[in-house]
Amino acid sequence: MRIDGKGRIDRTRPLTFAFDGVSYPAYKGDTLASALMANDVRVVGRSFKYHRPRGILTAGSEEPGALVEIMGPANQTPNTRATVQEVFEGLTARSQNRWPSLRWDLLGINDLASPFLSAGFYYKTFMWPRAFWEKIYEPLIRRAAGLGSLSGRHDEGTYEKAYAFCDLLIVGAGPTGLIAALAAGRSGADVILAEDAAEMGGRLLSDEGQIDGAPAQEWLASVLAELALMPNVRLMPRTAVTGAYDDGTYGALERVGLHRRPRPNLPRECFWRITARRTILATGALERPIAFADNDRPGIMMASAMASYLNRYGVSPGRKVTFFANNDSARATARSFVAAGLSVAAIIDSRPDAPDEGDIPVHKGAVVIGTKGRHGLQEITLRTGSGEVRLETDALGMAGGWNPSLHLTCHMNGRPRWSAELAAFVPSPGAVPGLVAAGAANGTFSTHGCLAAGLAAAQEVLTDLGHKAAPVDLPQAENAPYTISPLWAVPGKGRAWLDFANDVTTKDVALSAQEGFSSVEHMKRYTTQGMAPDQGKSSNVAALAVLADATGRGIPETGTTTFRPPFVPVSIAAMGAGARAEGFAPQRFMTSDQASRDRGAPMIEAGLWYRPSYFPKPGETTWREACDREVAMVRNSVGISDVSTLGKIDLQGRDAGRFLDFVYTNTFSTLPVGRVRYGVMLREDGHVLDDGTTARLGENHWLMTTTTAAAGLVMRHLDFVHQAFCADWDVRFISVTEHWAQFAVAGPKARDLLTSALGAAPGLPFMGVRAATIQGVAGRVFRISFSGEEGYEVAVPARYGEALFRDLTARAETMGGGLYGMEALNVLRIEKGFITHAEIHGRTTAFDIGMEKMVSAKKDCIGKAAASRPGMIGAARAQLVGLKPLTDSPLTAGAHLFTQSADVKRETDQGYVTSVGYSPTLASWLALAFLHDGRARHGETIRLVDHLRKVDVLCTVTDPVFHDPMGEKLRA
Amino acid sequence: MRLNCPHCGPRDRREFYYYGAAAYLDRPSPDAPAQAWDDYLHNRDNPAGMTQDLWYHEQGCTAWLKVTRNTVTHEIIAVDAVATPKASGGMA
Ligand SMILES: [Zn+2]
Repeated sequence: MRIDGKGRIDRTRPLTFAFDGVSYPAYKGDTLASALMANDVRVVGRSFKYHRPRGILTAGSEEPGALVEIMGPANQTPNTRATVQEVFEGLTARSQNRWPSLRWDLLGINDLASPFLSAGFYYKTFMWPRAFWEKIYEPLIRRAAGLGSLSGRHDEGTYEKAYAFCDLLIVGAGPTGLIAALAAGRSGADVILAEDAAEMGGRLLSDEGQIDGAPAQEWLASVLAELALMPNVRLMPRTAVTGAYDDGTYGALERVGLHRRPRPNLPRECFWRITARRTILATGALERPIAFADNDRPGIMMASAMASYLNRYGVSPGRKVTFFANNDSARATARSFVAAGLSVAAIIDSRPDAPDEGDIPVHKGAVVIGTKGRHGLQEITLRTGSGEVRLETDALGMAGGWNPSLHLTCHMNGRPRWSAELAAFVPSPGAVPGLVAAGAANGTFSTHGCLAAGLAAAQEVLTDLGHKAAPVDLPQAENAPYTISPLWAVPGKGRAWLDFANDVTTKDVALSAQEGFSSVEHMKRYTTQGMAPDQGKSSNVAALAVLADATGRGIPETGTTTFRPPFVPVSIAAMGAGARAEGFAPQRFMTSDQASRDRGAPMIEAGLWYRPSYFPKPGETTWREACDREVAMVRNSVGISDVSTLGKIDLQGRDAGRFLDFVYTNTFSTLPVGRVRYGVMLREDGHVLDDGTTARLGENHWLMTTTTAAAGLVMRHLDFVHQAFCADWDVRFISVTEHWAQFAVAGPKARDLLTSALGAAPGLPFMGVRAATIQGVAGRVFRISFSGEEGYEVAVPARYGEALFRDLTARAETMGGGLYGMEALNVLRIEKGFITHAEIHGRTTAFDIGMEKMVSAKKDCIGKAAASRPGMIGAARAQLVGLKPLTDSPLTAGAHLFTQSADVKRETDQGYVTSVGYSPTLASWLALAFLHDGRARHGETIRLVDHLRKVDVLCTVTDPVFHDPMGEKLRA
Repeated sequence: MRLNCPHCGPRDRREFYYYGAAAYLDRPSPDAPAQAWDDYLHNRDNPAGMTQDLWYHEQGCTAWLKVTRNTVTHEIIAVDAVATPKASGGMA
């Protein structure tokens, strides 16, 4: 219910939201949890295993129970914590893990069957009979498992990722973090202050404390105002730091748009990578529950959360509240409730020597042993020194002590240490290099202690970073000592919950120990303790204590808790922001891209590039028709193709030739200026890395061409060879792939076309190169061919690429030629037996592709030593051959080869097919393949089998060069 | 993870390409025995502790770097450029 005059919500801004189809009022500043509480909605969800009614347990991101689905126009977000989700106008939420309704949930039957659903239930029950698994057990488990549901559609929301750098990252904006930020900010350090909650202030927003004699919220307002004006301080509310990684790198998730009405281009979340020279962990502490019988009813929650709801949001979970504590921290909250006019029925304090609390009845040395209320708390039963007592109450605050929020200190394998004095784990210093924990996160729980620790931590960091610390006065604040007598579980009948999300009770932990799963890691897996979306933030330590008790060991001997990233759930969409569909990889476009698309060419990916597949003509209904026509056009007339995607590396220096000799198997240093040579490059392990042509443009100036696929790989390789083995040679090189547009002009009419375009005959011998002025632009002409026809390549600076492409296309068309795409290019090269990375796929040697003679005997080169070793050469190797089917049958790449008489099985495999195409020139399907001892088997009939595509064809083994084997056309 | 490139300063590991053990720098002479080439090409230690490996600042200065680091603690002890005025290796 809403409490007049309390809270920081803006009562001038009423809002409306819907939960399970019912519309409710709220105010700006409410979370979904506070708004539901204001409207007396007590049951918010159902637990995972027993489908028990779940209410609101906490007021923060540690919430295990109040998980809901948020319904958006383009997405449906399950497992959203109602305690984190802020209400905006029109927010629509839905309860989850219930059927058919939240109030009448049929799977609640699991609760009655709970004696059979104990720890390890899945492991024990679904073991046999084996045949039941697939048909019965798995579908059953799948239907019952999981919490929320997904829409089944793509998440069309907008997400972002971002990077930030700072001197000092402060995680948490409570008193510790705020004063640290103030000190660092005033000293001029570059500070990021990240706070998980929507509003900065931490416990100062929830507790009615005083700082320097005035309400703490006044101090908070003045500090925030000062920080907001500092240009060197970045305030990041709604940003949860999710993980600590190497070298001061932190992951953080910012809720950018989740608290607003969705609108186009408003990012929902932003995933940050923050690099900080130093970090102060000021994440505070989490209050922990106490395990007692039926402690999971809606209305039972953390005492500190009750303070938050009352003082921050102006709501109360009940009209007649009680507290169950083992320390003093709930006392101020109890006083707040009295002051707000609510009835506090009792404080049940397990300490026999607990102090009195004014008019509020205190049951000293008493514990809660039972509760009642089907859809919410109505009554509790106490065990006191004088017997059992029943109390009517509709809200019970548990105050079991505090666990420092040390999660980030565990992310790099740090193990927290046990403090007997605090009955809690505290961070181990140095667990994350560069990070220091301060304040409640470090086990200092008083406000004054936190302020002092935050200031001291900042001053230490500033000195470390070489900043002169500016003066900051340490304010006076509450400084009560923290005395606690540990109480993890109240012994007795009934089920006492530890993990409220996954339904793990103290009995489950005891059973786990009894069945031999007594190490913490085994117990967690056997019981699923801490494996729900909240990752056991408020329950792991208590579970460990119960395990320690069950095994008769102390807590430090039993083990320690550890936490892995992320601290809060991170949506995959945020981590992968921008990397979906076309954002998945950068796109590279040739200068002819638009011209190709204008002609209706389907564009296909070639690495990051997009290249035209074929250029359809009116009347053509299949790609094959276009491809056949384009192949014939190149063979009979002239074709134009953009080959700019090939890698181009410009090499210069007196030792450039010597360098090429070292990276290519064959010799380049003897190549005359104005000539081009084909070369093969090996990896050091003797396999082919790449092939291509290199032109000598001048005495000390060379231009290497790589394949499209291996351009980056070759550049990296050249850099390595140069820097590792010959850094003192006079050679420098750089990629100029993007600088030049280059077009192939191929076919019997290529020379005529070039003559018209250049205004003079190209005048080049086969494998020649020269500078040329192409319609007024300085460029280059090469006479090289990948088609087997007389061929040229014309290169101009990229900015002239599109104009030249359109010009060459127009000239070709007037001569009966035109454009050809990747399909035709592929058929042309297969006809000619030219290899691509389909053949040099990383497992083939120069010997395999018939180029062992290109490995010069006169010099060393990368890969030479390995290439000549046994196993890399010889008849046992699969060698490149051509295949022609005996009948008119399609062939498939990936098919395997067998002798006619052999059984088709792995052991009799003779080789495999790498490239296929239909050759209109030879009116036959053709294939390139690798066949054992293939060069000695030309003329043999071999069986080609592809089980996947149901192909089984007899082929003749041939030389891989099907067309113009003497190269007469090439050299014409 | 961040590497302190001697040319570019501390950079995120996403800018770098990882290659393998720094043993790749010790190229045997062309006529070295087969065992030397086997060791160079294929035999690698998998140390728990100090190791040296090669990284390429592909999205930076394109320098190959020899990184000395601890595989247990993730500490990076040194980042040195592979290229030195007198380059090491088999081509001296
Ligand atoms: Zn660099």
